[in-house]
Amino acid sequence: MKVLYFAWLRGRVGTGEETIAPPDGVATVGQLLDWLAARSPGHAEALKDRALVRVAVNQEFAGPNTPVAADDEVALFPPMTGGGAP
Amino acid sequence: MIRVQRDDFDIGRELDALTAGRTDIGGLASFVGLVRDFVNPGSGADTAAIHGMTLEHYPGMTEKMLTEIEAEANRRWPLQASLIIHRYGALRPGERIVLVACAAAHREDALQACSFLIDWLKTKAPFWKLEDTDAGPRWVAAKESDDDLAARWDKA
Repeated sequence: MKVLYFAWLRGRVGTGEETIAPPDGVATVGQLLDWLAARSPGHAEALKDRALVRVAVNQEFAGPNTPVAADDEVALFPPMTGGGAP
Repeated sequence: MIRVQRDDFDIGRELDALTAGRTDIGGLASFVGLVRDFVNPGSGADTAAIHGMTLEHYPGMTEKMLTEIEAEANRRWPLQASLIIHRYGALRPGERIVLVACAAAHREDALQACSFLIDWLKTKAPFWKLEDTDAGPRWVAAKESDDDLAARWDKA
């Protein structure tokens, strides 16, 4: 499984992309975030406030119950801030 | 049509291209977003001056979301043409970030669709702004008011 991190999540995790092989019990986005948070202090810091973390699975917005599988691309990022001036 | 690019764009040329050779368009509405050199008053952030920003995006998903947002606008309003151009990379104050344009037979459709596109784009397209301020680099936080603006287009 490929995991991508954007904006400040990348800074806290310390990488923009990693390939992981979570155990069988990790079948949903929520379970994946729990598992990722335990990988390093940086991961834990990035994921400590889940309200600030958006998730896309294969480039589609996902929720905590969205299934994840071995060949998925999962992206973690903060709420979007595109467009003109806020 | 949607485009995601590092380079600037020529507003006049883009708008002209949208209506070139057409005689069925009665109104063309556009919105241009620019880099501003000050923080929103009352945003909670400190008021350090902004020297520029870097726009990061999620290549692949960005194009996909912009295409979906444009398709939704075309489902809701009878548009003759539509355009979204969004830049990424390093931008200085005064530079253009985004151009949204909608052409329709009637002005109200063009104006509403244009407003819808920019509201939805802000909350649904995967872009993030890193401001370069006096106090150092700072990721811009999303605003609840942006969600409210996007939500006013939600269907009941």
